[in-house]
Amino acid sequence: MNTSSRYHAWRKVKNLTMSGLSFTCATLVIAPLGLVLFYLITAGAGAIDWHFFTQLPKPVGETGGGMANAIVGTLTLLGLASLIGVPVGVLGGVYLSEYGGERMNWWIRFGADVLNGVPSIVWGIVAYTLVVVPLKGFSAYAGGVALGFMMIPLIIRTTEEVLLLVPNGYREAALALGIPRWRINLQIVMKTALRGIVTGVLLAGARIAGETAPLLFTAFGNRFWTHHLKDPIAALPLQIFTYAISPYDDWHRQAWAGALVLILMIFLINIGVRALTRERFSGATR
Amino acid sequence: MAETLTTTMGATDDVQLAPPSKVGDRIFKWLAMVMGLSVGALIVIVGFTLWRGASMSVHHFGTGFLTGSKWDPVQEVFGALPFIYGTLVSSLVALVIAVPLSIATAVFLTELAPPRVRQPLVSVIEMLSAVPSVVFGLWGIFVLISWLRVHLFPWLQKLFGFLPLFQGPNYGVSMLAAGIIIAIMILPIITSVSREILRSVPDLQREAAYGLGATRWEVTRIAVLSYAKRGLFGAVVLGLGRALGETMAVTMLIGNRPEISTSLLAPGYTLASVIANEFSEATTDLYLSALFEIALVLLGVTILTNILAQLLIASTAGPKTSRAIQ
Amino acid sequence: MNLTKKLGNLAVAAMMLGLATELSAQMLINGAGATFPYPIYSKWFDEYAKVDDSVRFNYQSIGSGGGQKQILAQTVDFGASDGPMSDENLAKASGKLLHIPTVAGAVVVTYNLPGDFKLKLDGPAIVDIFRGKITKWNDTRITGQNPGVELPGIDIVVVHRSDGSGTTYIFTDYLSAISHPWQAEAGKGTAVNWPVGLGGKGNEGVAGQVKQTPGAIGYVELIYALQNKLSFADIKNADGKYISPSLDSITAAMATAKVPDDFRFSMVNASGADAYPIAGTTWLLVYQTQKDPAKGKKIVEFLNWALTKGEAMAPSLDYAPLPKGLQDRTLARVKEITF
Repeated sequence: MNTSSRYHAWRKVKNLTMSGLSFTCATLVIAPLGLVLFYLITAGAGAIDWHFFTQLPKPVGETGGGMANAIVGTLTLLGLASLIGVPVGVLGGVYLSEYGGERMNWWIRFGADVLNGVPSIVWGIVAYTLVVVPLKGFSAYAGGVALGFMMIPLIIRTTEEVLLLVPNGYREAALALGIPRWRINLQIVMKTALRGIVTGVLLAGARIAGETAPLLFTAFGNRFWTHHLKDPIAALPLQIFTYAISPYDDWHRQAWAGALVLILMIFLINIGVRALTRERFSGATR
Repeated sequence: MAETLTTTMGATDDVQLAPPSKVGDRIFKWLAMVMGLSVGALIVIVGFTLWRGASMSVHHFGTGFLTGSKWDPVQEVFGALPFIYGTLVSSLVALVIAVPLSIATAVFLTELAPPRVRQPLVSVIEMLSAVPSVVFGLWGIFVLISWLRVHLFPWLQKLFGFLPLFQGPNYGVSMLAAGIIIAIMILPIITSVSREILRSVPDLQREAAYGLGATRWEVTRIAVLSYAKRGLFGAVVLGLGRALGETMAVTMLIGNRPEISTSLLAPGYTLASVIANEFSEATTDLYLSALFEIALVLLGVTILTNILAQLLIASTAGPKTSRAIQ
Repeated sequence: MNLTKKLGNLAVAAMMLGLATELSAQMLINGAGATFPYPIYSKWFDEYAKVDDSVRFNYQSIGSGGGQKQILAQTVDFGASDGPMSDENLAKASGKLLHIPTVAGAVVVTYNLPGDFKLKLDGPAIVDIFRGKITKWNDTRITGQNPGVELPGIDIVVVHRSDGSGTTYIFTDYLSAISHPWQAEAGKGTAVNWPVGLGGKGNEGVAGQVKQTPGAIGYVELIYALQNKLSFADIKNADGKYISPSLDSITAAMATAKVPDDFRFSMVNASGADAYPIAGTTWLLVYQTQKDPAKGKKIVEFLNWALTKGEAMAPSLDYAPLPKGLQDRTLARVKEITF
């Protein structure tokens, strides 16, 4: 009896230890986020001023200037990427949820997950070969293509998931009324799930907004405004990279500021869409 | 929702009079199918692009490319071994750090944490996964590296200096530094996939163990973890896939030196970093082709890793887990 | 308002945005290459925007290797390099490529050591450091040249370029000129097989790495060391004198250089008592026959401006302007560009 109760106590101790340990691990996992945010805010917030949002970068070694062109550049690239990623991704998702057979769907899902795992630098090489070389020049288009390709698998998967949440009764009722399938899909199924689809698109946008590697030899960077999409274009992550590895203190300051702005953009999209869609599609996207 | 339906029904009055348009149906279905199949097309495009670019290097070096350890643009001798080595070592370091932490966190989230804590914690981990690589790189250069050089590395050398792993000069930038930053970046994905896997363990399992008088930890160990073993392994492999392809933060912290060194404190180079650094400036055709072959190797390794992960995860948790993967 | 309409509107808006940007008149001329002259080039392009508002020159400092490659691939309108292109690469060009020298600069040996002193180094010591034969700062081969300076016994951290670089070309050109083992083992080029060291991307990256790492030694263009308050060494020249890199010592080195008709010349290890031994010139690479007449015209206008007004700005950033004779020869060459 005595040994048994001691054994019991030991089990309790072990239980507590393991609980404590897993709690510690959870804290350690979120610690880096706190640390990164802390430095971003302390080093970056002071560097953000009006000039940062309105001015072009200064020549090397001179202080001042801003990242206006890089911010606009990132938004432009996101727009271009969406022109590829959204139609292909959304319609692909529609195919999965509304048309595809089980076997075919398995392959498409599998393919999308494989594409998701392709390193982002590889997309840069693909866009370089497909766009930069034939067009004879680095361009916003090339950057958009690289990012757009990355969006496709993300949007296919989120779209499919939200479409599957639309009750079948809607489809059946509409079919009974003799409405053609394609109109049911567009006007009933997709419309019902519109908020979820948009959420998926926005999250995919937030995901690729911070990508640097695919832009290194596609969008290439530009110190000035880009007036033609066939010209190179600046992007926030690219500018942060260039400034971070440079020796100039003022560029370091701006790199922190740029990183803070980039993170805020990404977090705002993330938090915003989650708050908007919580009640209806909670858990539907990630 | 009801409102949506009625307005749509109202709008269908005129449609009912006309016969359903079969042409429209066919076009739409065909369009959707093409878009769905674009996934396959993309895989083919990626593979073909890299293969074509690499063919010159493949013919020139043969299998020697994978085993050669010299990367000399002047003599045009290219061997990928130092990059393969650096990629594997930095990724393994990352796994050693990230796997225990993230699986323990997943256990905490599903089995132990009070429900009040769960959702906020999950959100924070999601936020961590949203931080771009280049931001980690920036933080790594200015905060992490100097801390490692001044505090952690000297301490490691004092305690474990007898191991070849921690010998040699302490530069700060190193394979260990890269491994640490990769670990931080793959924590969220391993955690969230592991969490989905653990959640998919039927409650019946847990209840049975509780019924036998087991403590919470015993339930977790016996009923949950052993049941989810394969899936958790899948989560780890998936994290490995991500680690292998990490580019920006690694490029900024690993020291970019194509050398095979046993010391983790020594600088290294990865497949992805050498592409990032040298792709836009390779002066000769063979040099460029060698970089294409590096990318091909990287693609092959990551795709195989990912396929393995998908299969492992699907075999325990079914298709629902996939959403955590993105 | 249904989804198709919404998407339609979105697409129209996007197209209009695209159209609006496409219609704008400002021309963008793209260049890429050397980081060595990047400070002076970015100054030029900034100033030139005020001279001619209808054009912008976007210059990305990706390294000289990149400059050569991208102009060959015609993905940029002009390239920039501080290593001359090889005959083999020139043969690959789709048209005749011109080397237009712009300014000369010094590659300085920069280091990160505590204390306020000026390190002195001779060629053999530099070779041995970069070959990994000297690994500690208090090695006698270094202390012997620096009497009275207390050098710490810490590891030397060699930093070199990870990208294809003209600065590397000039530096390894010098090392090859003075050391046979170096020439045999590593050679000269925009990228070489470094025996030891960390790689940094660009002059910026090497300067950044040296600044962050105690005990580091690296090589960068003079202006990067000056702007970042990095220490740099006096180097023993061919006449046996320790020379500090400066405008004057670069000019002295350039004065001795023999410049052939295609302007591909080297000025490392120059003779002359006041010549700094690790100096080099930098070139813009342009096609003699410009395919796009509008761009060609703007490029020629810019080159004429840079080689006259621009040259005058060089000394303020510690680059040496071209001597008068070479300047005239270069301007004559620019006249040969057709469009």
